[in-house]
Amino acid sequence: MSNLLKLIQESRASVLQNWMEGIRDLSRRRGLIDERELEAQSGDVLSAIADVPADTNLSNIDLPAWQTLKELLGTLSAARAVQGFSPSETALFVLSLKQPLFELARKHWGNKANELFSEITLTNDFIDKLALYTTDSYIHGRDQVISRQQEEMLELSTPVVTLWDGIVALPLIGTLDSSRTQVVMESLLQAIVQTNSRVAIIDITGVPTVDTLVAQHLLKTITAARLMGAECILSGIRPQIAQTIVHLGINLEDVTTKAKLSDAFRLALERSGRAVVRVSKANTSAHAAKEL
Amino acid sequence: MAATVLKTETIHIKSSSDVVTARQQVRTLAIELKFSLVDQTKIVTAASELARNTLDHGGGGEMDVAVVENGIRRGLRLTFRDHGPGIADIKQALSDGFTTGGGMGLGLGGSKRLMNEFDIHSQPGAGTTITAVRWK
Repeated sequence: MSNLLKLIQESRASVLQNWMEGIRDLSRRRGLIDERELEAQSGDVLSAIADVPADTNLSNIDLPAWQTLKELLGTLSAARAVQGFSPSETALFVLSLKQPLFELARKHWGNKANELFSEITLTNDFIDKLALYTTDSYIHGRDQVISRQQEEMLELSTPVVTLWDGIVALPLIGTLDSSRTQVVMESLLQAIVQTNSRVAIIDITGVPTVDTLVAQHLLKTITAARLMGAECILSGIRPQIAQTIVHLGINLEDVTTKAKLSDAFRLALERSGRAVVRVSKANTSAHAAKEL
Repeated sequence: MAATVLKTETIHIKSSSDVVTARQQVRTLAIELKFSLVDQTKIVTAASELARNTLDHGGGGEMDVAVVENGIRRGLRLTFRDHGPGIADIKQALSDGFTTGGGMGLGLGGSKRLMNEFDIHSQPGAGTTITAVRWK
């Protein structure tokens, strides 16, 4: 049945050339992929089609003979998801192979209507299936990108920083849902032990909404830290958040709170018996003179 | 005087990520209506509380967020519907500190204080509908 396969094998170079002409404009417009790279990829795909045994069935792409081709298309479309191609552009890359193949069929069976029709139908189905497979792989690739980003955000959002000897701070940014709060709480408590800290500052400047669930999570974290002997200071309470907390009726009276991280830091230094003092000008110049 | 609805959007609340979506949608509309920053925060917080109630106590449902107009006043109306077990004693549910789910017990009462109008319709076994409006 696969007479076309034989034809492709025979005139691989001209098919590739036709195909490249078709997709060149498409890819150049976006500038997302290098032309040489595109040609190499197209060549690989065409080889994977042409290099199967000549009697391989075109109507079933689940055959083991097509495995190489499918793997190739899979990696290719996953790469395109990362490069920023749209799903239709990715599918179009495969679909644009139809034109040169139809051309080839016409050249060969141009005067035999029946054979031409059956070959074209077969090729059409085959390429459609490949395009669908490519789109599926593309979506799979995109899903992986999304889940990786989610994980990155989860980690990214919970850095515990040491501000001073014995003082750690946790600047919270974004939505505090249950799974994230768990990570936040664990990393803070861990950092308190590791750095031997007595004071921990939780800064919520970057938290857009503080509802009862968020407040409850914060209170639990603060209580847990207190059990470990560390005092928590809640900072970054913006005016609108303060008013909302009052209306909600959340009681934060047992918690030391500050509007700004700098205030909280000053308090933390005080609690650990330190103070920030301005160095007088005379002292500085004397110091500078000594240095010289 | 009945309020005229200018625009409605519906969000299905089936998971905790939908609560985030609901919050974002309410925030977008509140900004569009040029609510002050404090009012935006209040509305978004109330939406967050009520959406989570819909999810946790009602077993999921949907939220309608509508831009309404009453004469020269404009406002945002949030409607939460679920088909969960319903609330037996609404007065008790609204009182601070009462909870059936291990939360702080401030969600319903707090949301009421954050909004201008607040209305609960519920029957045991027939689900709950909460309507809350904040006027500009």
